[in-house]
Amino acid sequence: MSFNSVSEFVSMGGHGLYVWLSYGLGAVILAANLIIPRLNRDRLLAEQKRRLRREEGIR
Amino acid sequence: MAEKKWIPRWFYQLASPRWCYQITGKLLPWFMGTTLLLLLGGTVWALLFAPADYQQGNSFRIIYLHVPAAILAQSAYMLMAVAGAVGLIWKMKVADMVLKSAAPIGASMAVLALLTGAIWGKPTWGSWWVWDARLTSMLILFFLYLGVMALNSAIENESTAAQASAVLALVGLVNIPIIKYSVEWWNTLHQPATFTLTEKPAMPVEMWLPLLVMVIGFYCFFAVSLMQRLRNEIIWRERRTGWVRELLNKQ
Repeated sequence: MSFNSVSEFVSMGGHGLYVWLSYGLGAVILAANLIIPRLNRDRLLAEQKRRLRREEGIR
Repeated sequence: MAEKKWIPRWFYQLASPRWCYQITGKLLPWFMGTTLLLLLGGTVWALLFAPADYQQGNSFRIIYLHVPAAILAQSAYMLMAVAGAVGLIWKMKVADMVLKSAAPIGASMAVLALLTGAIWGKPTWGSWWVWDARLTSMLILFFLYLGVMALNSAIENESTAAQASAVLALVGLVNIPIIKYSVEWWNTLHQPATFTLTEKPAMPVEMWLPLLVMVIGFYCFFAVSLMQRLRNEIIWRERRTGWVRELLNKQ
């Protein structure tokens, strides 16, 4: 372990702002890349199912 | 028929959207688990256990995001260009879909590499941004990704969009060696490559091992995000086919 206390860990030897800003951005960008396709899939499947039902209703 | 002998069977299977949809459905949970394990483990290792740099202190820990993001941004670009070439040569629809799906992931990795680089540059070089060769060529990589995305969304016809963006991706490929060798060809503030195939890393093992974990984690993450997007694209383009109808009815 490179740190002796929680406050030492948070301050990162005075570079806390830079380190945490980077890791925050990293978390947001990675999470967005997994969540956005997931949401798109839900929307796409719902849309296509609705279209299918509509077309079958006409027939 | 003679062709079939030297092109392996999986290459033809890859051409089938349905087969791709099924195989990625099987692979996804495994890649997802591996990604979470590697990224969470790697991050804890990077933040808590890796030693601080004797010159840069703890701002050094930004490397564990910066380098994997930069490597992935370039690898994703190469994959995209290869998919573009395959799409142009063999008229393979799945390759067009891979090209389109890889672009937004690669663009976001280029953004992450640029942003973490800027944040790291401030305490290390005293500046958020310098117009040096490495940074500029990386910015160009980001614009190339934006170009591919713009072409794909601006052109209505799917095969025309795929052709146009494949040509752009292939032309932009010239930028990849420029990024790689920029730190050797020009005077730069940027440090040379961390990992090379031929030499041992310049940093001690306690520093580069977590970095390796993060790089592999980022590759797995890319695979997950790419498969997710590819599957959406397959359903969309195959929406009129029997097997997608069946799939929708089953859900």
